[in-house]
Amino acid sequence: MRSRPTTLLAAAGLIGAVALAACTPGSDSDSGQSAAPTGQVTTDPAKLGDVTLTVWDQEIRGGQKAQIEELNQQFQQKYPNIKLKRVSRSTDDLNTTLKLALSGNEPPDVFQANNGRPQMGSFVQAGQLLPLDRYADAYGWKDRYPESVRKYSSYSPDGKTFGTGSLYGLPQVGEVVGIFVNKAKLEKAGVSMPQTWDEFTKSLATLKGKGELPLVLGNLDKWPAIHVFGTVQAQNVQPDAIRTLGFGQKGGSWKSPENTKAAQTLVDWVDKGYFSKDVNGQGYDPAWQAFSKGTGAYLIAGTWLQADLGKAMGDDVTFVLPPSASGSPAATGGTGIPWAVSSKSKHPDAAAAYINFITSPDAMGVLAKNDNLPIADTAEQEAPNALAKDVFGAFGTAVEKDALVPYLDYATPTMADTIGAALQDLLAKKATPEQFLDTLEKDYSGFVSSNQ
Amino acid sequence: MAYLYLLPAFLVYAAFLLYPLGRAVQISFYDWNGNTLATWAGLDNYAEVVTDPALRAAFGHALVLVFFYAVLPLVVGLGLASILNRARVRGLPFFRTVVFLPQVVAMVVVGVAWRRLYAPDGSVNDLLRAVGLDSLARGWLGDYAAALPAVGFIGTWFEIGLVTVLLLAGMGRIPGELYEAARLDGAGPVREFLAVTLPSVRGEIAVALTLTVIAALRTFDLVYITTRGGPGTSTSVPSFEVYNRAFQQGRVGSAAAVAVVLTLVIFAISFGITRIAERER
Repeated sequence: MRSRPTTLLAAAGLIGAVALAACTPGSDSDSGQSAAPTGQVTTDPAKLGDVTLTVWDQEIRGGQKAQIEELNQQFQQKYPNIKLKRVSRSTDDLNTTLKLALSGNEPPDVFQANNGRPQMGSFVQAGQLLPLDRYADAYGWKDRYPESVRKYSSYSPDGKTFGTGSLYGLPQVGEVVGIFVNKAKLEKAGVSMPQTWDEFTKSLATLKGKGELPLVLGNLDKWPAIHVFGTVQAQNVQPDAIRTLGFGQKGGSWKSPENTKAAQTLVDWVDKGYFSKDVNGQGYDPAWQAFSKGTGAYLIAGTWLQADLGKAMGDDVTFVLPPSASGSPAATGGTGIPWAVSSKSKHPDAAAAYINFITSPDAMGVLAKNDNLPIADTAEQEAPNALAKDVFGAFGTAVEKDALVPYLDYATPTMADTIGAALQDLLAKKATPEQFLDTLEKDYSGFVSSNQ
Repeated sequence: MAYLYLLPAFLVYAAFLLYPLGRAVQISFYDWNGNTLATWAGLDNYAEVVTDPALRAAFGHALVLVFFYAVLPLVVGLGLASILNRARVRGLPFFRTVVFLPQVVAMVVVGVAWRRLYAPDGSVNDLLRAVGLDSLARGWLGDYAAALPAVGFIGTWFEIGLVTVLLLAGMGRIPGELYEAARLDGAGPVREFLAVTLPSVRGEIAVALTLTVIAALRTFDLVYITTRGGPGTSTSVPSFEVYNRAFQQGRVGSAAAVAVVLTLVIFAISFGITRIAERER
């Protein structure tokens, strides 16, 4: 048993601690809407004097790492007056540490901030990000980055509206979810490359009849099915309706016959055995690895698998945008994690010059060479291999035809969890399409009404 | 003034434990996304812990895990320790080491390894198919009925070693005269266990239970690695919710409230265990 004085002492300590802490959390942040800086920007880094830039990124894997190291080296050689202090972490680690760093007094100058509301959105709300519009004008970013791409890192200055407003970040790479096709399997089953959504769904039945697994999906990690559902949804729902829902803007509704049809399609695919039986029990990595070793005919997934699948499968694999039901393509997609600048940075011009450097036309060449999907001037890049060529072509088409619709988990701070769990329920038939859409609607409308 | 001697240690304790605790309690009364100015929420976050079915379910899952982390290992550990203790086998240190091994491996590594074992084409299913139980083979971590027990079983496997080694140490200290007396009175192995061994290791049982129950209630890494709370929300636990709300969803106030409630629950349960163990001495 504790003796009483000790308990008293501990209690006193606790009360003291609370008294010490008794200022509102977040009161040391300069809350939002700090006036955007104006005035001339210097676009020649050589004229900026001796500067040290702290850069936080998450480019730590394969081709991502190779491209950033190469670009940083070029930058250092060209502008020896600007010293780069690079800190790199995994995506998750950057995510968890960035928030604290930005609310501190010495935030990094340049960093990668995830597009969604819990990250970029809340940083904008807290006035921690520098609006980049002045630099976009000075460097001509708006000519090279189409509006459909800039949307993904644009917020209103109060951080409430996503998809319009000021530009707060610039991505290096593009992403689009399409279909990786095992050409050898199709040939063996006597199926020609589907040109329309109808042909695609028919080919699923044919493949199943020949004893093939038509669709590879491993949904243990909760998020992969979001991309499959997004792909099916884009064939059934108007792109603008998806954008309203995906960016969490007001005036949309999940409960429409078109969305119901999309959810029903997924259930039908489960019933017909187009997915493997253990779809929720299979990890994401094992699933695409199995596909690369010859399991299944189609893999609905993002272009970020290009390097790995290309290496493993060579000429047996190709990548196509989802064949469209309506004649105009629509695909889930967007950008890699954009690069942003801290509003507290003492060298905003140097920071912007660095971002301009790593997103310049030359940089896009370096990205392509290292098996990444460059987001700008994609069509002009030389692809390192056959699969990369398909991927570059597909993304170029998607941007040109304004076919990109946002990831559905962007919509609200909680949507990633909500839709991830709800899709597992839908695939396991624990929820009907109607119940599934009710769950999403509740999350979406709850957020929209509180976000006025 | 003996308290002066305690002061340095107390200051460290206050700075690294009491202050963060106080701060967490304070944050739990606000609606805060982690970087803008917080707004006062009063008891709303606590109300949510009670009313939100998903959060209530998360605490329920943690209690199920207590069975797998604490009760099962205790039963198995008592059996194992008695056998090892009674048999006086050659190479006891070797067996002790083998049984204790899982404890040495980091939980994250354990999680990654078991995720592979439980995969649809993993070793667990291969084993089932090999003995003709094909109908039982499934993607264990994606099956609504099986996922939580599957995660719990990893905890069982992990904690058995700790419990066994603790109990072995306790049994090693029981005077041999007691067993001799029991045998003279004609007690068999079962009777001997109930009359001599069990009462003698009560202290060790309390320690083992306290450690394993706390481990069960604060499980995070295992769930994060294996299922992310899925399928649906069938394996979500309070610690995982704390992480999710604070770092993924930007609801720091709500996360702090869940954390405070979890702390209180853990405190109450471990306090209860030690009280019961002490009273029966």
